[in-house]
Amino acid sequence: MDISKEDIIKLFKTMLLIRFSEESLVNPIIRGEIKTPVHLYSGEEAIASGLCSVLTKEDYIFGNHRSHGHYLAKGGDLGKMIAEIYGKETGCSRGRGGSMHLIDPENGVLGIVPIVAGTISLALGAALASKIRKDSRVTVSFFGDGATGEGVLYESLNFAALKKLPIIFACENNLYSTHLPISEIRVNENISETAIPFGIKSLRVDGNNVLDVFEAGKNAVEQCRNSNGPVFIEFLTYRMRGHVGPDDNIQGSHTDIRPKNEIESWKEKDPIKMLEKVIYDRKLFDQNQISLISEEIKNEVEDAMAFAVKSKYPDPADLLKYVYHE
Amino acid sequence: MNRKLAYSLAINEALRQIMAIDKEVFIMGQGVKSPWYVGNTCKGLIALFGEERVIDTPISENAMTGAAVGAAIAGMKAIVMHPRTDFSLYALDPIINQAANWSYMNGGRASVPVVFWMIVNRAGEQAAQHSQALHSLFSHIPGLKVIAPSNAYDVKGLLISAIRDPNPVIFIDDRWLYGKEDFVPEEIYELPIGKAVIRNEGADVTLVSSSFLASESYLVVEMLKKEGISVELIDLRSIKPLDMELINSSVLKTGRLLIVDGSWKTNSIASEISASVNETLFKKLKAPVVRINLPDAPAPASRTLESEYYITKDMIIDAIKRLIN
Repeated sequence: MDISKEDIIKLFKTMLLIRFSEESLVNPIIRGEIKTPVHLYSGEEAIASGLCSVLTKEDYIFGNHRSHGHYLAKGGDLGKMIAEIYGKETGCSRGRGGSMHLIDPENGVLGIVPIVAGTISLALGAALASKIRKDSRVTVSFFGDGATGEGVLYESLNFAALKKLPIIFACENNLYSTHLPISEIRVNENISETAIPFGIKSLRVDGNNVLDVFEAGKNAVEQCRNSNGPVFIEFLTYRMRGHVGPDDNIQGSHTDIRPKNEIESWKEKDPIKMLEKVIYDRKLFDQNQISLISEEIKNEVEDAMAFAVKSKYPDPADLLKYVYHE
Repeated sequence: MNRKLAYSLAINEALRQIMAIDKEVFIMGQGVKSPWYVGNTCKGLIALFGEERVIDTPISENAMTGAAVGAAIAGMKAIVMHPRTDFSLYALDPIINQAANWSYMNGGRASVPVVFWMIVNRAGEQAAQHSQALHSLFSHIPGLKVIAPSNAYDVKGLLISAIRDPNPVIFIDDRWLYGKEDFVPEEIYELPIGKAVIRNEGADVTLVSSSFLASESYLVVEMLKKEGISVELIDLRSIKPLDMELINSSVLKTGRLLIVDGSWKTNSIASEISASVNETLFKKLKAPVVRINLPDAPAPASRTLESEYYITKDMIIDAIKRLIN
């Protein structure tokens, strides 16, 4: 595959940044310092990292409830994200949105919301704006397997195909729709086939292999930029944590969702471990260098946490600010 | 200002003028391509601006409305048109969950300059799903603005303001107004959203109304003048923000308030105005506030039921006479 050493290391760093920042939220959640519902992205890092790495700063992304990774991979500021999760005025949404409403328009993170499938049509509109303006931007709509139950996805696929919009429908299939396994929400477990009847190029990619994501993403972006969009990609992945918070949703626990052996087998496919193996196999870095990178990123996350903790909460007098845009 | 224009053509002129000077403005919706589907409001737009900015759409209200919101988030000024208000209910998620909340939940870091244009079709035995006027429903939602212009002059100026507003605006018009002519300036102009206007100064009673019923109320006021009854008529223009300042100052003068509103009575904008006046001016009232609304029932088809259902000039005259006696 045509990927440089620098690109591989960049992907590795992005994935580590997402993993470390996600896991650093666990204890503050347990201690009750963080109250906003947090849907951890641990285990799915390869998708955001791979796909956002082939976008420019000007390209757009839209996300969902599990979007810390999308925000960070697209260039969103870590400190502002953690501060937002802590409900602080220094947060990217000034503490008005919490974990499920991250935004960074300067880096093309246009919208993240928890209404399942809620941003698919918004991404469609952003792509439509690009077509009208002829600005050659590409928009990525991130959504999960659960969103395939919402009708707006199919309306959006039809319109995107009809107008040949520069949009990538990126379905992160982590096999669980909140508490239900995919077998209980649909008959055909192959989601990528969904878009074919609409006349959309569709593919299914190993979402834990960041190099596969990178390559599929690169091709999809190129097609969209050449007015050959849209593209639909199903990424197969697994959430290491449970639906919300640090609870792992293991069968037998109070949330009682996933078999222990299934979780264990997916841990073998940890996307970060998989890329680490590539790095060692290709002798790009040795263990010592990898440790140094890890330390560097851990420090970055610690600094961001400290910034968030010491930041101020919004002033109650500002409760009604921002209802309307002045 | 000596040129008369029909309401629907005033809309058309507003669209033509703003699209000519602002390339960020575009319109999408079912029927924008058609010379008849939406009256003549969109006539000639494709010839002037092309199919990229004048987009006739598949029947997918949810995704199309969401796309307008998304385009606005990406910096366009979007207009999405619903030829019948009722069908826009498929799109409550992009309107309420997304557009209305967008500025607040993102800490003011993003705006959504979108106009949701909803046309009210009423009567003609069209029944429950071709007749609904939902301005009161949308006025409940923080973050939305709602306009309901009653004449050609207002509709042109308010539509221009709505398109330029950085916030989502619900623009509700009424097919019964489309043929009504008024003096309309040829140049482009704005009218302020959130400001009502006094159509007729009077001393005996304040009558507050909007949209088609404001134009009906004006006829009533003229008729009552001949009987020596002096009515101060306030046309809301905007349902949200509501111009309570103007209403209050009028009620302080007259001591009596009648609200004529084409939405269902329970939790209507009439309820809100009444509650607000009772809260602040209770002791100044010479009589209890009176509301005329649609009864709390879906619109019927059959003509005998329909004539009982809709608000007539006689009902307004009757209410005013009872209020002042």
